Amino acid sequence: MAAISLRVNGAAHTVDVDPETPLLYVLADELHMRGPKFGCGLGQCGACTVLMDGRAVRSCITPVGSVNHAEIVTLEGLGTPENPHPIQQAFIDEQAAQCGFCLSGVILSAKAFLDQNPKASDDEIRQALAGVLCRCFVHTRMFKAIQRYAETRRA
Amino acid sequence: MTAGLSRRDFLTRSGALVVSFSMAPLLGPLASGQGQFDTHLSHIDPAKLDSWIAVGADGIVTGYTGKCDFGQGMYTAQTQLIAEELCIPMERVRLIQCDTSVTPDQGTTSGSQSTPTNFNDSGLAQAAATAREALINLAAQHLGVPANLLTATAGFISAKAGRRVSYGELVVGKKFNLAVDLKAKRRHPSEWTILGKPVPDVDIRALATGQFEFVHNIHVTGMLHGRVVRPPAVRATVVSVDESSVRGIPGLVKVVVRKNFVGVVAVKQMQAMQAAAELKVVWTSDTSLPPQQDFYDYIRKQPSRDVLMVDSQDVDQKVAQAATVLKATYCHPYQAHGSIGASCAVADVRPEKATVWSPTQSVYPTRQGVATLLGLSVDDVRVIFVRGSGCYGLNGADTVSFDAALLSQAVHRPVRVQLSRADEMAWGENYGAACVIDQRAGVDATGTIVAWDCEPWSVSLGGRPGYDRPGNVITGALAGYEPRTVTPQAASQPTGVLDNGGNAVPSYVAGCVGEKCGGTGSIRSERVLTHTVKSPFFTGPLRSPLRLQNTFAHECFMDELSAHAKTDPVAYRLRHLREPRLIDVVKAAAQAAKWDARPSPRFDPHRSEVASGRGIACVAYEGDNGYVALVAEVEVDPASGRVQAKRFVVAQDCGPMSNPVGMRNQIEGGVLQGMSRALGEEITWDDRNITSTSWNTYHSLPLGIAVPVVESILINRSDVSATGAGEAAITVVAAAIGNAVFDATGARLRQVPFTPTRVKAALAARN
Repeated sequence: MAAISLRVNGAAHTVDVDPETPLLYVLADELHMRGPKFGCGLGQCGACTVLMDGRAVRSCITPVGSVNHAEIVTLEGLGTPENPHPIQQAFIDEQAAQCGFCLSGVILSAKAFLDQNPKASDDEIRQALAGVLCRCFVHTRMFKAIQRYAETRRA
Repeated sequence: MTAGLSRRDFLTRSGALVVSFSMAPLLGPLASGQGQFDTHLSHIDPAKLDSWIAVGADGIVTGYTGKCDFGQGMYTAQTQLIAEELCIPMERVRLIQCDTSVTPDQGTTSGSQSTPTNFNDSGLAQAAATAREALINLAAQHLGVPANLLTATAGFISAKAGRRVSYGELVVGKKFNLAVDLKAKRRHPSEWTILGKPVPDVDIRALATGQFEFVHNIHVTGMLHGRVVRPPAVRATVVSVDESSVRGIPGLVKVVVRKNFVGVVAVKQMQAMQAAAELKVVWTSDTSLPPQQDFYDYIRKQPSRDVLMVDSQDVDQKVAQAATVLKATYCHPYQAHGSIGASCAVADVRPEKATVWSPTQSVYPTRQGVATLLGLSVDDVRVIFVRGSGCYGLNGADTVSFDAALLSQAVHRPVRVQLSRADEMAWGENYGAACVIDQRAGVDATGTIVAWDCEPWSVSLGGRPGYDRPGNVITGALAGYEPRTVTPQAASQPTGVLDNGGNAVPSYVAGCVGEKCGGTGSIRSERVLTHTVKSPFFTGPLRSPLRLQNTFAHECFMDELSAHAKTDPVAYRLRHLREPRLIDVVKAAAQAAKWDARPSPRFDPHRSEVASGRGIACVAYEGDNGYVALVAEVEVDPASGRVQAKRFVVAQDCGPMSNPVGMRNQIEGGVLQGMSRALGEEITWDDRNITSTSWNTYHSLPLGIAVPVVESILINRSDVSATGAGEAAITVVAAAIGNAVFDATGARLRQVPFTPTRVKAALAARN
């Protein structure tokens, strides 16, 4: 166990955990974050995705000890129900969810990619989502929502 | 519901309303017996209005339902229903779903039964209609105006003269003390202003902003973390457990062993994971699983329970007289629910009582199962539904609830159990059943079918635990309870009326039992003989259970028959159908797709480049619970064997629609999930255990695919009962894709999934 300092959604936290602990467990169990979810624990589905200094990372296979001073943003840190981030608003507008469990992976992977590649083509967006799963298969609506956000990035 | 406000938060805040129900346990020990909805009697009497609807002094209406939301839209639709019947805006409705302390026992939320149960003349709809009429009667007394001169609008009952009284003033937070009136008049679909309208999902704002509380987010004071240790072989049993192997792990609280159930509890999740990985358990060895490559033959050789669904007793004779006889066999693998989140539950078991926060579809049966496992009285167990990830049937939700209960009981503390991905895939869920289905038909000289003979073989072990079978899911079985298995039995002649709930009977036969013909088709010479054999793996309902497998075989065989008759597949179907609602969806899908009417296939055998084709399939889901037809347009690359769907056109009739947005979302998701199941999903195993234990070995189509267009034609009917809508579309996908591949290439795919290897083999077998 060791005292580890983290910055999550703009706030500083110190937790006392084994540095090998996956970041996901710290966020979910210690800090009671609801955004990142345990999907597979293997980095294969995306449900645990968070942004780390703007990059999408899979928190279930990221040891908390490796985070250092990175700025972490979870799905709940992106926007609020009253004031959602534009990409969250796009998902709301397109009704792009069923169970909604996968949304951290879908929304944050797409956001991180589009923020770095604002002119990305649809095919490039698809490639960026090649490792993200939604088992309710809301693919059509999710892709529309992402395109909607992509439009705002291009504008 | 306000975004960010959890169901639990709400339950606490709305305590004033819930308190009226907490009187119930004081009424004394409960009689056991059969209740409504094919369930056992609970302390919440579904015959009483107060079991369903409460009106607060602030005019907020709270509904209590036994049908819960996993993402299929039932929360929103039921909120619309209450708002519609009570004539109030949706914002003034609260809904409490599936909690054995406060909601009526409505059995399991499954089988596309939530809409038929709660949106027709029973259940929640009837209670809400009763409440509206009761409020009007109260207002009549209050205002001194006859009830027939009063109208309910926006939470007020008004007389023509402008006098009005609010619901809150009328009820002032008290009970109604009335029975649900089976004659209370439902608002007619033509009057609807909220139900039937495209209402956005109530929870989507909270979901998209990461505020929604899933069961994975439940935190109980003093909660520990549990993990399970499952056997390394399907039939292995515990020989010994070496607790010293994990003694040094920090935070370890206990190793728990109960027969073949093994688990660990620790302070932190990481510690529990580590202990589960390092715990040395000696298991018996077992290498006796039937080889997967011969499994469809293996199924046929097992002792079977046989049921004759229909038998006109002239099939052999008609087939012998037919101009042509066609035969084909179709195979469908075990498939996984493969929920995106591995299952999770939290249990707090104390010496005298237990609370379980569970993602189960069946809170009351789970309560009974937990009580049995823990040796508690059922009255001392409370099961509260908290949504997990989408389940699509019997995923690991029930088993993980049992895991949490067993581990919590052993440590006298609340325990949260998170299954690993491999636990979920190999030792968590009850798979959708593998099937092998033999088809035989006699055709006359004009190509018309004169006799249809079908023999589906399917596998079964366990299933939903129900009220008396905790061994039907893995944890119950590991803890020593027997799963339901198959008792071999010969078939006898069918009696009563046709029940085509499993869609074993093709849509094109008359479905006659005695004098009554309950089928949707016209073929009078018919026999359907089902065989069920014992499965080596646990099985259970997976979205469109058996209906999807049977429909794959029926609809592909129908396509083979139409190709033999050199007739357009749509026209050929219409020639053999007589159910108007099924005929209508076939016509609607074909029209919307601009169906190219001609016989299949259209392929040119000399072409080597990518070929395109279209196929159709249809079904009356469960015989009469929703009507759907689907046109699939695909491309097949002969070099790679890859099938790519380009466009799906769906026509669906589910009676009066509750929410067109929700229905479209269900259709789109069902079609694409069906495509993933048709193209890639298959459980695999070796001689001892399941080998498809992660997303590398169980192939789900990711977000990154080129998503085909899905067009939905919704046929809304207000003159019939409402049916289920969540499982119809997925039922026809594999067949429609297979038929489109045949149209494109002339290659017939008879085994799901249509992997590139199988497609190439079918292409090679053409000539």
